[in-house]
Amino acid sequence: MELLCPAGNLPALKTAIDNGADAVYIGMKDDTNARHFAGLNFNDGKLAKASDYVHERGKKLHVAINTFAHAGGEERWQKAVDNAVAIGTDALIIADLGVLDYAATKYPDVERHVSVQASTTNLEAIKFFQNNFDVSRVVLPRVLSVQQVRQLAKSSPVPLEVFAFGSLCIMAEGRCYLSSYMTGESPNTVGACSPAKYVRWQETDKGLESRLNDVLIDRYQPDENAGYPTLCKGRFEVDNNVYHALEEPTSLNTLELIPELVKMGIVSVKIEGRQRSPAYVEQVAKTWRMALDRYQHNPENFAVEGEWMNTLANLSEGSQTTLGAYHRKWQ
Amino acid sequence: MKFSLGPSMFFWPKQEVTDFYQEAKTSSADIIYLGETVCSKRRELRAKDWLGLAQDVAQDTNKQVVVSTMTLLESPAEIQVLKRLCDNGEFLVEANDLSAVQIMHDLKMPFVAGPAINCYNLSTLKVLIKQGMTRWLMPVELSGDWLKTILEQATDAGIRDQFECEVFSWGYLPLAYSARCFTARSEDKAKDDCEYCCIKYPQGRRMNSREGERVFVLNGIQTMSGYQYNLINEMPALDAMGVDIARISADSTEAFTQLDNFRAQLVQPTNKVLDGVVECNGFWHKIAGMSVA
Repeated sequence: MELLCPAGNLPALKTAIDNGADAVYIGMKDDTNARHFAGLNFNDGKLAKASDYVHERGKKLHVAINTFAHAGGEERWQKAVDNAVAIGTDALIIADLGVLDYAATKYPDVERHVSVQASTTNLEAIKFFQNNFDVSRVVLPRVLSVQQVRQLAKSSPVPLEVFAFGSLCIMAEGRCYLSSYMTGESPNTVGACSPAKYVRWQETDKGLESRLNDVLIDRYQPDENAGYPTLCKGRFEVDNNVYHALEEPTSLNTLELIPELVKMGIVSVKIEGRQRSPAYVEQVAKTWRMALDRYQHNPENFAVEGEWMNTLANLSEGSQTTLGAYHRKWQ
Repeated sequence: MKFSLGPSMFFWPKQEVTDFYQEAKTSSADIIYLGETVCSKRRELRAKDWLGLAQDVAQDTNKQVVVSTMTLLESPAEIQVLKRLCDNGEFLVEANDLSAVQIMHDLKMPFVAGPAINCYNLSTLKVLIKQGMTRWLMPVELSGDWLKTILEQATDAGIRDQFECEVFSWGYLPLAYSARCFTARSEDKAKDDCEYCCIKYPQGRRMNSREGERVFVLNGIQTMSGYQYNLINEMPALDAMGVDIARISADSTEAFTQLDNFRAQLVQPTNKVLDGVVECNGFWHKIAGMSVA
């Protein structure tokens, strides 16, 4: 099972490879990928360097081109595919059907992976991508339970990749317009959720308030830790009851599922976080490498170590982790 | 331009659904969509009941009846029901997931690409047309300019006559789908033990900010807009750019009044002032969806 790590820049990419990643995924410096943040991602020169570094060490590079191409702007997405192929990417991660069609027609020999943003949650949808674009991998959205992943892995004609650790999207990826409803910008259209330019912090008599495009997302008492106001992780009111109506600030952590995922034949576990620092990438890659190696050497006696969980919890939103939808009780 | 009644996205008791579609028969809608699009656990009406209802409406009216299908399908059992609906042999099907597109293609039957199919550009439109799509609803987050560009490109590419274009024009917008049931969560229940509690909320549950702003509506695993989308003032613009159908969502029986209002607007446009506390039209104008332009 491949360990696939995120990299938002060259130092993070080197860190990921040096700390045990089998493959790294990156994006370009524009809105063609779902982590389009200021100061992040790779221009043409850096792309080539990234490719060299990864390939010289016998590892793999995946390039995410996973937003949806704009009407009248499709060339930008096609150009991104051309560039990724030119620097020798091992795989293209794509969500848009038009972009997939372009890549499959022009570069049939370059692996195409169905991005999580394409929201592929069942066998017929997988067949759609296989029949039309001859894809070699599908990345599953974080909405399926372990039982559902197992069932799908049994019947899928295409190898599957799952999210293993990182920020938790609670909505089916690629099918969430909450961010554009509140700000005009969404992951699908601009490659960002709850964009930082709409965030405002304010000390008030009632506490520290976080707002997104003026909408109150959360209000913190002095003893509470304030988190980034991702709009689905705020506290809202439903019939006079104030609570995290959609989700708490928490991260996905599936270390304990390693044995199950291996047995199901999952080909790759993906770490979320291209927007995170090289220090984050180092800690997560190292911990997951250790856990995967431990399992491989002695599968019967595999047990998650407390220290691994602590390390990962400290890197998580609200310092807490969950199995998310993999665990049905979460749903 | 034609007007459609979109599928009701809420969970209503069977009798209420039946009554609603009795009234829909006499409404001014040209097209009626019906079927469960949100949650497969809602079984007041099963597949055969929806198809029976479709037959009933089609028999008594000259309206086109379209069977709408689920958006988030996670189990083989759900796919079985989907196949049954797709292979109904009589009615056009609205696909809201690529699984339905695949099934309709296998059946060699035409289909409507619903608003949950991510078609953002001409190339994607071409892929879907090749699969058998004959009608397209763009994702609700896209703007009028975005749509205009695609329709012009389709004309230039010589494919504009191969599909009808429908626009979600009134009602609570379907914004997101999750593994988690937010209605069950709001009652402190787990999804597997939800007791079908969303039936208690025929208009969903309001989720407000702590300042009382209507942010979203919780509808089971679906999150909807807190405000009702309203493109009534944009009807002449839709018409001018060649939109074939305006969709009025079946939020409640108010939809029937809105069908009349929207149709009247085409004949005699008057500027309606939207109430920014309960209505919005931002997506169409490429600003925050919850805003009023």
